[in-house]
Amino acid sequence: MADEPLVLGIETSCDETGVGIVRGHTLLADAIASSVDEHARFGGVVPEVASRAHLEAMVPTIQRALKDAGVSAGDLDGIAVTAGPGLAGALLVGVSAAKAYAYALGKPLYGVNHLASHICVDQLEHGALPEPTMALLVSGGHSSLLLSTDITSDVRPMGATIDDAAGEAFDKIARVLNLGFPGGPVIDRYAKEGDPKAIAFPRGLTGSRDPAYDFSFSGLKTSVARWIEARRAAGEDVPVRDVAASFQEAVVDVLTRKAVRACKDEGVDHLMIGGGVAANSRLRVLAQERCEAAGIRLRVPRPKLCTDNGAMVAALGAEMVARNRAASDWDLSADSSLPVTDPHVPGRGHAHTHDHVHEVAKENLYP
Amino acid sequence: MLLLALDTATPAVTVALHDGTSVIASSSQVDARRHGELLLPAVDRVLTEAGLKLDAVTGIVVGIGPGPYTGLRVGLMTADTFGLALGVPVHGVCTLDGLAYAADVEGPFVVATDARRKEVYWARYADRRTRLSEPAVDRPAEIDGTVAALPAVGAGALLYPDTFKDARAPEYVSAAALASLAAERLAAGEEPEPPRPLYLRRPDAQVPKNYKAVTPK
Ligand SMILES: [Zn+2]
Repeated sequence: MADEPLVLGIETSCDETGVGIVRGHTLLADAIASSVDEHARFGGVVPEVASRAHLEAMVPTIQRALKDAGVSAGDLDGIAVTAGPGLAGALLVGVSAAKAYAYALGKPLYGVNHLASHICVDQLEHGALPEPTMALLVSGGHSSLLLSTDITSDVRPMGATIDDAAGEAFDKIARVLNLGFPGGPVIDRYAKEGDPKAIAFPRGLTGSRDPAYDFSFSGLKTSVARWIEARRAAGEDVPVRDVAASFQEAVVDVLTRKAVRACKDEGVDHLMIGGGVAANSRLRVLAQERCEAAGIRLRVPRPKLCTDNGAMVAALGAEMVARNRAASDWDLSADSSLPVTDPHVPGRGHAHTHDHVHEVAKENLYP
Repeated sequence: MLLLALDTATPAVTVALHDGTSVIASSSQVDARRHGELLLPAVDRVLTEAGLKLDAVTGIVVGIGPGPYTGLRVGLMTADTFGLALGVPVHGVCTLDGLAYAADVEGPFVVATDARRKEVYWARYADRRTRLSEPAVDRPAEIDGTVAALPAVGAGALLYPDTFKDARAPEYVSAAALASLAAERLAAGEEPEPPRPLYLRRPDAQVPKNYKAVTPK
């Protein structure tokens, strides 16, 4: 549909320079330049290295996205950008580019929330988000359970990790096993050939008095490391495949159990899973099983849309345009700790007109 | 010719418009922590003051540092993206050159800006237009005494009076000076510098030592 908003989105919250272009719920381009190889030898993302790479990659990545989408910049209806949360210096590169691009093209600017973007990207895969949607976001930077009734205005935190992010636990265990960085894909690969029941690793925060929806992976990580060290100290071989499978099982067991429980408790019949860890094959399988058993529809975008990318930012920007949300001001800043409850950063003087605008515009929403 | 010049390599967020003959509008605000917020509104203000729209600009001039990285990138990213959107060239100018151009000094002198961590970014000049050394980053005490004894401009000189005994204004670079210098260079047919940042330091990053055991010894 030609009258759906055509939006370009820029994402630089971590180590991926992402530029995506969408028309409403249709993905037109998803251009990515990653500096992950430059970080590998440091065993984690180095903020200054990421920021330098964003500056270099930005213009070519925008050009590639426009070419892939086959649209010209003048046809865009808006420019969206991750305003936070994320690495401060990295975010600032993307925000600076988005502001300059929007200003030069005479288009509205939408500073949007990285976490809400991770949820909204599923519209590109499975169509309009059901309202409400429960979302489990798991990556190297986040582990959150969020409930959204309207992705442009209402995202509520249900639970989050109290220590490490789920993806961080994968990285750390991969390091203990000398499997390199990042840990997620390699652990997944070894786990496929291992026995998930071989070792009973602990499930964090699953006691009856523990917070129902919060996560903890720090104890699990220590427990796995101790187990491996004990084997090594005894001069025995470490069964890498079984350790990987059993560790992974402990993580995805807790994630899916809590997500399904939150859906049941809140009477929500859709669960969306996003973030880099959503690419984990065991998480997908177990979530599917448990959702089916509970009568919940599971929505997981393809792996490339789960990891950080510009298309997810464009998807949320397009929704902001479709629902007549207020654009951001030219002094939009990068906010490394932007609260998850702020799906976007509206300009001043517009902040309180949201719901009213939403009501008026309801008739015009595209399906 | 209409040049839009901007620099965020020092605590100043500075923007100017130059029509090939003179500066027609400019803005400078000093706030080292808010480069990202202040730059675009400043561009908008300067254009409004001149009664022009951004699409009238025929070239972008940007200070390429050296300067603290986070702020420096705001100007470079903004300049690059303007260049892309407008289809106009982006010319880099060393920020120290901009400061030198605005200096009111006869004979050789030094430009030094604050590099934080008790260091300065600095270079030697024969006169306002002629740089004699590549920009460098050093502790003031490590700079050759005969060089440090020259008149010195910039916040880096004013910050370390023990080293730079003849420190003077201007403290920060102005986009007006940067634009005027760039206009002179372009008129003289000089090849402009590419708009690439002068970081002068490698990123702070440590390759982790071997993984730390959790089992008590
Ligand atoms: Zn993310």
